[in-house]
Amino acid sequence: MRIGVVTFPGSLDDRDAARAVRLAGAEPVSLWHGDRDLRGVDAVILPGGFSYGDYLRCGAIARFAPVMSELVPAARSGLPVLGICNGFQILCEAHLLPGALTRNAGLKFVTRDVPLRVENARTAWTRAYAGGEQIVVPLKSGEGAYAADPATLAGLEASGRVVIRYAGDNPNGSAGAIAGVSNAEGTVVGLMPHPEHAVDPLTGPSADGLGFFASVIASAVAA
Amino acid sequence: MTGADTVARAGATPDQPQPFAELGLTRDEYDTITRALGRRPTSAELALYSVMWSEHCSYKSSKVHLRQFAAKAPPSAALLAGIGHNAGVVDIGQGYAVTFKIESHNHPSYVEPHQGAATGVGGIVRDILAMGARPVAVMDALRFGPADAPDTGRVLPGVVSGISFYGNCLGLPNIGGELDFDPSYAGNPLVNALCVGVMRHDELQVAAATGPGNKVILFGSTTGPDGVGGASVLASATFGDAGESAKRPSVQVGDPFTEKLLVECCLELFAGGLVTGIQDLGAAGVACATTELAAAGTGGMRVRLDQVPLRDASLGPPEILMSESQERMMAVVEPGRVEEFLAVCAKWDVRAAVIGEVTDTGRLVMTWHGETVVDIPPASAADGPVYQRPFARPAAQDVLAADDPAALPRPADGAGLRADLLALVGSPGLADKSWVTDQYDRYVRGNTVLAMPEDAGLVRVDEATELGIALATDGNGRYGRLDPYQGTQLALAEAYRNVAATGARPLAVTNCLNFGSPEDPAVMWQFAEAVRGLADGCAALGVPVTGGNVSFYNQTGTTAIHPTPVVGVLGVHDDVRRRVGVGFPAGPASLIVLGRTGAEFGGSAWAHVRHGHLGGRPPVPDLEAERRLAGLLVAAAADGLLAAAHDLSDGGLAVALAESCLRGGVGCTVRLPPGDDPFTALFSESAGRCLVAVRPGAEADFGRLRDEHGVPGQAIGIVGGDSLAVDGWFTIPLAELAAAHTRTLPALFGPVLSD
Repeated sequence: MRIGVVTFPGSLDDRDAARAVRLAGAEPVSLWHGDRDLRGVDAVILPGGFSYGDYLRCGAIARFAPVMSELVPAARSGLPVLGICNGFQILCEAHLLPGALTRNAGLKFVTRDVPLRVENARTAWTRAYAGGEQIVVPLKSGEGAYAADPATLAGLEASGRVVIRYAGDNPNGSAGAIAGVSNAEGTVVGLMPHPEHAVDPLTGPSADGLGFFASVIASAVAA
Repeated sequence: MTGADTVARAGATPDQPQPFAELGLTRDEYDTITRALGRRPTSAELALYSVMWSEHCSYKSSKVHLRQFAAKAPPSAALLAGIGHNAGVVDIGQGYAVTFKIESHNHPSYVEPHQGAATGVGGIVRDILAMGARPVAVMDALRFGPADAPDTGRVLPGVVSGISFYGNCLGLPNIGGELDFDPSYAGNPLVNALCVGVMRHDELQVAAATGPGNKVILFGSTTGPDGVGGASVLASATFGDAGESAKRPSVQVGDPFTEKLLVECCLELFAGGLVTGIQDLGAAGVACATTELAAAGTGGMRVRLDQVPLRDASLGPPEILMSESQERMMAVVEPGRVEEFLAVCAKWDVRAAVIGEVTDTGRLVMTWHGETVVDIPPASAADGPVYQRPFARPAAQDVLAADDPAALPRPADGAGLRADLLALVGSPGLADKSWVTDQYDRYVRGNTVLAMPEDAGLVRVDEATELGIALATDGNGRYGRLDPYQGTQLALAEAYRNVAATGARPLAVTNCLNFGSPEDPAVMWQFAEAVRGLADGCAALGVPVTGGNVSFYNQTGTTAIHPTPVVGVLGVHDDVRRRVGVGFPAGPASLIVLGRTGAEFGGSAWAHVRHGHLGGRPPVPDLEAERRLAGLLVAAAADGLLAAAHDLSDGGLAVALAESCLRGGVGCTVRLPPGDDPFTALFSESAGRCLVAVRPGAEADFGRLRDEHGVPGQAIGIVGGDSLAVDGWFTIPLAELAAAHTRTLPALFGPVLSD
């Protein structure tokens, strides 16, 4: 299984995402923002960071990168895509996921190991978990407050598209304590916390994050 | 004709008055320049000399003292490049080399806290990058005025947000540092930023313009009026009451996104072998980079200043030379590789321009639209003046030493000891720092094994071999004030001990020396004593100084800050999986205090917090004992005997116990040896001590190892329970301890959580 990791100018956690892919047992493939080419990968990760310096608005410029012109239609056709932090922001800007990420309620960047509840363990990126399972993964963001209009939020809740929820304090003022959502098919998932930083207790709070990467590998096998 | 002040015009108008004093040069310095050139300098030359000869760039007051670092350096096989480079380089084995350095950005951070601190991070990262290394982590040592002073409420949040903004966006984990408060820093906060980078041995780059005909390329951000004059005027002028506005020009503004691109671009350029020489642009910008590259190389360079990409078209030669616009580098490139060089820059969206070439004329010549505006021997600017500033031990030092803290009222019973401990752990300097450190990304790059509030930061260098590096910075202005020689050695000893406590072997030292005005003989005495103390201390510990930075003029009016040498120690960890943290383990473990405890309270946290007292003598450093202790800690970690280790420093054993309990989420029961004075045992700050939690079953092995290394130790209790109990004296439930520890900074600077 080959999983692409896109590097935009200003991507920071691309190496970490590639490491997580490798630890989960798949082959990471570097994808470059300027290439209209997904190199035949089976899934794609948009990593954390500050693409294009987050100037204008987080993810707003990355959305127009050449690689996105390939990624968006592929995602709409079922290619599994995981957006982490800045990647989540890009997926929202690209309208692959609903809603938006806004400034933390505390107006400060927050780095913290946060307890999360896996609300939907049927998506391509969460099926290695049990529904309702609680995990601990680092959160590190300044614009991580999930926001959407009431109808969208109600729709997400009703259809099980709230994939991950903050289980402890709501660290950034996200609506409904939402930490991650998916598209209707469960193939595209975006989340603010960083599972790639929880793949080894030596360097993270736990190895709980590995499940996201293991999930997509299992999905590919199942398909 | 451009109207520029050309060399020809300077020759024709020898008597034209020039604003050398406004640029920070003395009459003597101006005369020296005129003699070196055989004519008056042009405006551009005057600008160049003024920034190059500023205290900040030339080290003109400190140089004669700093020579001791090389002269007294202990033999070290680990040193690949020493002082004089952008940063020293240390061999950590397996073909890896590490470079690290700490630098001040104190004055800009007072003027504009957010941008001042941000660009402090950016600047030190480029220093490390220029050595050929990939920057892998940052730290910062911060000092502010009283925590509850209104101006601290302005400066501290801005400094923290600046470090957070720049470091996080650059993708460098922040793995530690310091935060302390003292009235002496009101009006003079200290913002010292450290960066560490890793490379392979053969990737070391040089800062020299060699090979006549090679091209000089300026790349990165465009050049604007940012911080023009900052190096000479801003960094070297005392903040007084008069003439402030004239001496506070705009602080430079940081763009971490551009720096991130510059980092990746440079590393690809290095990997492609496209660079002959490279220098970062920091203080004094183009003036410094061209002068130093030329002086260190073949000796000559021709530069067309009109080729420098500008963001403000109105800039002329003096402003271009002095501009401190951030995120810029200068490279020397063989003509045949220029095309490839520019292609790599284009890939990373980094702007690059060929602005000159290396010559063998021995002259640094700069033209502006065809007219010569600079023509100097580069060494004359790069070397700068050297001053033997007068220094003298002030008489008031004796008064200070005589004011012994032994006279202060001490707690007489358990309730008093308990109250003092709670007061200490809740004091701003010792309180939980999450308010600050939660704003920093410590996870990015995925190699952070230990980060604050651990004793030292620990970063994995090689995933296959588990090789890593540990770093700690320490400095104690109160000790420095009482005795700058011993105070500096105590800072060195503490950082050295902190590194060893994680299980890493200390290898090398960097330093940032923060002092008042060198023109004050009393301050100069503090400085001379500090340098002598550090050089002697490094010799005794067997760790060389690889580089550093001096920040003078940290004073308001005639009142200087406490002398605050901040010392950074780098260590190598052979297997990061064997790291030892400060948190007590969930399972049982026995507690031992290593080292000797005496009644040493001069400059202590207890005297400061409980009595606002500063006087007497600081603890006596025993560097031989420190060396033995570090040897024991490294050996015990390698053998897997320790479940936790925490150095004893500010607040003594009591504070160390509290921190280890809270970090591990588990309590302990302490039985002080009968006959020992509980106050001394708990709050003395004797140096050379460490608290360790020995794994069950490892006690005998550890005892043997302790004897082998000749380190005294005292069993003082066990880990367990949900309170910090000192048998017969007091008990504090962890919840109460945590509340006292964590509420202080949010109460001062605002809540963090949204709900």
